[in-house]
Amino acid sequence: MTDFGAAFAAAVSLIATLDAGLVEIVGLSLRVSLSAVFIATMISLPLGAAVALFRFPGRGAVVVVLNALMGLPPVVVGLIVYLMLSRAGPFGVLGLLFTPTAMIVAQVILITPIIASLARQVIEDLWEEYSEQLRSLGAGPRQAVGALLWDGRFSLFTAVLAGFGRASAEVGAVMIVGGNIDHVTRVMTTAIALEVSKGDLALALGLGIILIVLSVGITGAAFVLRESARRAHGA
Amino acid sequence: MTRSIHGLFALMLATALGFGQTAAQEKFITVASTTSTQASGLFDHILPIFQQKSGIQVRVVAVGTGQAIKIGEKGDADVLFVHHRPSEDKFVAGGFGVKRYDVMYNDYVVVGPKSDPAKVMGSKDVVGAFKRIAAAKAPFASRADDSGTHKMELSLWKEGAIDVKAASGTWYRETGSGMGATLNTAAAMNAYALADRGTWLSFKNRADLTVAVEGDRKLFNPYGIILVNPRKFPHVKADLGQAFIDWIVGKDGQQAIAGYTIGGESLFIPDAK
Repeated sequence: MTDFGAAFAAAVSLIATLDAGLVEIVGLSLRVSLSAVFIATMISLPLGAAVALFRFPGRGAVVVVLNALMGLPPVVVGLIVYLMLSRAGPFGVLGLLFTPTAMIVAQVILITPIIASLARQVIEDLWEEYSEQLRSLGAGPRQAVGALLWDGRFSLFTAVLAGFGRASAEVGAVMIVGGNIDHVTRVMTTAIALEVSKGDLALALGLGIILIVLSVGITGAAFVLRESARRAHGA
Repeated sequence: MTRSIHGLFALMLATALGFGQTAAQEKFITVASTTSTQASGLFDHILPIFQQKSGIQVRVVAVGTGQAIKIGEKGDADVLFVHHRPSEDKFVAGGFGVKRYDVMYNDYVVVGPKSDPAKVMGSKDVVGAFKRIAAAKAPFASRADDSGTHKMELSLWKEGAIDVKAASGTWYRETGSGMGATLNTAAAMNAYALADRGTWLSFKNRADLTVAVEGDRKLFNPYGIILVNPRKFPHVKADLGQAFIDWIVGKDGQQAIAGYTIGGESLFIPDAK
């Protein structure tokens, strides 16, 4: 139990002193993961809606692939992005390896299938429920997209949060493509991995506690926003 | 609702765009190095000194020596700072590196549980100790990650004519991870392990482990530094990379290395010529 006591002490002292290193790492973690969530949302909401509403050949296969990709192993994604961005790879000229941008790319690939799959399900269910009504108003799938996205916004928001959770918690991909470089690409999860490798388990766990508190704080804030919006809207 | 979700997206967009400024660190080089130099805390000690003097930021990617060399061979780093002489010479001979410089050395130690089931404590003969560990089938945690330390360990088993591959999964446990992770594993299962002294000295989670074997000349562990060849990879920052090399093998860099101690003990001994 002494380890847990020391971990809490480490976490409290890091927060209380507003440790400069910690602030930098937390800031980078949030920037990388929020950017990835933003980009992935922009891709996956239209994608999910399209797969839900339109009938095209191979649609079943797309649904299965999207669902399967929800479980993409981060370390494999990291490796693929690494090989793509390496100087010897197809995008090597961009010089993006070992930068935060590379980490965002990896996280976008990781979470786009998650948000897209969940969004597809939400919109498909809504469409089944309201398609007759919408059709009677003269709205086909194409016209209904906006209305359905709007109607499902609360559930879709949860899908986006699921993507954020995955992005902020993973370590395998950002370790490989970011390189865990101090002051440049070190984020919460890779910092924890580094402290474990130094055998400083208390500090590692202390950082872990901070990561969990942050995650609870963000989802809690999202919950409050959502609830107040729901009430204001009378939904 | 509209406002709150739009607000959230606006926030995300702002953070995404905010990158432009933070990423704009003008002069930097990327150094592929080993976990031992990072986990031992050496870089945290010497790099700020160099950066203050030169204005060059050194971005260290700390991986095993095997992987560091792969990074260099793909041209993804400007400088290599590693410790496995045969691999380093091959890297230069293959045209991937310009020239190898001696930088510093430390030594490897065999750590093991205080209970010492293989009775090797205090020995100065590492191959003999390895033979006894194998004979006693005492647990041994191996890096098994193609790092410099792992290559050294394998050469010692080979010298003792012990087939560890056959024993893998029994008393010989291949962790496939870095020095610190392997020491954590060894501490948890009271196993012997080969470690570089720097990582061992700065390692905190020792549990019941202590140094069992040290002082054998075979345990010498030299580090070399190599500029990745700009003729092979034109994007390599040859000037900045060479500036770092010149500094670290020069008087100031060597002094900085010697000045890094834990509990009065030097972790690395500078030996540039």
